[in-house]
Amino acid sequence: MAQTLQRGPVSGTAVKRAGKKRKPFLLDFYSTAVGKKYVMAITGIMLIGFVVAHMVGNLKMYLGIVEKDGVRDYDLDIYGEYLRQLLVPIVPEYGTLWLMRIGLLAALVFHVHAAYTLTVLNRKARPVKYQSARDYQVASFASRTMRWTGSLVLLFILWHLADLTLGWVNPDFEYGEVYRNVDASLSRVPVAILYIVANIALGIHLFHGVWSLFQSMGWNNPKFNQWRRSLATAIAAIVVIGNVSFPVMVLAGVVEFDPDAGTVIHGEVEEVDE
Amino acid sequence: MSKHLTNITLKVWRQAGPADAGHFETYTVPEISDEASFLEMLDILNERLISDGKEAVVFDHDCREGICGTCSLMIDGQAHGPQRGTATCQLHMRKFQSGDTITIEPWRASAFPIIKDLMVDRSAFDRIVEAGGFITAETGGAPDANLIPIPKPVADAAMDAAECIGCGACVAACPNGAANLFTGAKVAHLNLLPQGQAERFGRVEAMVETMDSYFGSCTNHGECEAACPKSISIDVIAVMNQDYRKSKFKNRKALARS
Repeated sequence: MAQTLQRGPVSGTAVKRAGKKRKPFLLDFYSTAVGKKYVMAITGIMLIGFVVAHMVGNLKMYLGIVEKDGVRDYDLDIYGEYLRQLLVPIVPEYGTLWLMRIGLLAALVFHVHAAYTLTVLNRKARPVKYQSARDYQVASFASRTMRWTGSLVLLFILWHLADLTLGWVNPDFEYGEVYRNVDASLSRVPVAILYIVANIALGIHLFHGVWSLFQSMGWNNPKFNQWRRSLATAIAAIVVIGNVSFPVMVLAGVVEFDPDAGTVIHGEVEEVDE
Repeated sequence: MSKHLTNITLKVWRQAGPADAGHFETYTVPEISDEASFLEMLDILNERLISDGKEAVVFDHDCREGICGTCSLMIDGQAHGPQRGTATCQLHMRKFQSGDTITIEPWRASAFPIIKDLMVDRSAFDRIVEAGGFITAETGGAPDANLIPIPKPVADAAMDAAECIGCGACVAACPNGAANLFTGAKVAHLNLLPQGQAERFGRVEAMVETMDSYFGSCTNHGECEAACPKSISIDVIAVMNQDYRKSKFKNRKALARS
């Protein structure tokens, strides 16, 4: 008799209804490995959406200073303010922003929890390793390093929040002045290198993750299967190129905060107008 | 015209029983025909071991024509050896060179405990099939051909999945020790066909959850597909995942009505 793995019991099936009540649907679904992979895929899609939107939003730093409603300010700062004001007549200020933040945080927590529990499960599934070297045929570097790239990205997120959201590790942090904060942080060469390395890890993670989620979600259509790899490569490449460009351009001096810009120019403009 | 390979070194996993720690034993095969199958090479080695009064290497084998799924062996770190789409019994010595060192290990997974040497207990697969890998059909005379119309692409997809011989190479090759390719093949085989529809969602839920209690989880490396002696595509895993999701909704609805 084969040795059974230890884990939380899965519920009985519909054909043989158990005497006791079933677990709530989501808990029941999450208690199985296939269910956890669904959770990983769904939270993964949410996080991919965020990562792509975050990169596109940050491209605004290349637009520099723009004029809006007669006020000249960094376009990136205007975008940041817009996020805080999103859907404001309907929800209070910061409302939508915090709703998205809570959603993303929940997605991240579930993504990490599912990954952790599945990793523990997988270790239990082969307690005695192969004693000779394995010769992997198709498992890619990306697929075999998901746990490492994932952990690296998770640690980076903590640093990134402390750096550009909370300003704890930022040498010259001013709340709301996004462009200034980005320049202040990424002008430090070691930090710029950290951002580059972390984003390459993110790209490797996405290269496997985006492809993999189609399998986990059961989205398998012979017509579209050939596009899954291309889509994963494209998303990974776009995110990496976009995100790596920021520290590079800050170091190259293309993105450089001008302390005399913004309000001062804004004043001059008003004077000229009058 | 057959050629001979000379001076083959074998590193074979020897383990007296389930509780034994086990170790690699080195044997030399001075000469072997390149037309010998891998298992015949082991037979010849065993003959020699027996005549020397030593214990033969225990390994699983049966039909030796690639259709029964009994043979196993991790050969040089690959399930069923270096040749794609074949079981160990269909691997021949011509795939190797004179002077090669070949390492042979049993399948390794907690659900596949080693019985002795290279032989493992794969009865966890039987548990999965018992959970739903069948159709509850009335028996009787053979039905007329084409009585149930099945579109050709559907029949092809079901037959591709039905090729699974249950050898366990997918589990052995999987870095996570997952049995999703096996279970996916069994689920897809029946769930794609009209005969399998009646029990479709009960089947997939029961089989997946039985699989879950023995094996690891799928991270989509694709190693199983590469190791499969029948080259079954990981598409069947997606089919299983999709049907499992549907079953979770449908079975609960069915329960609520009962």
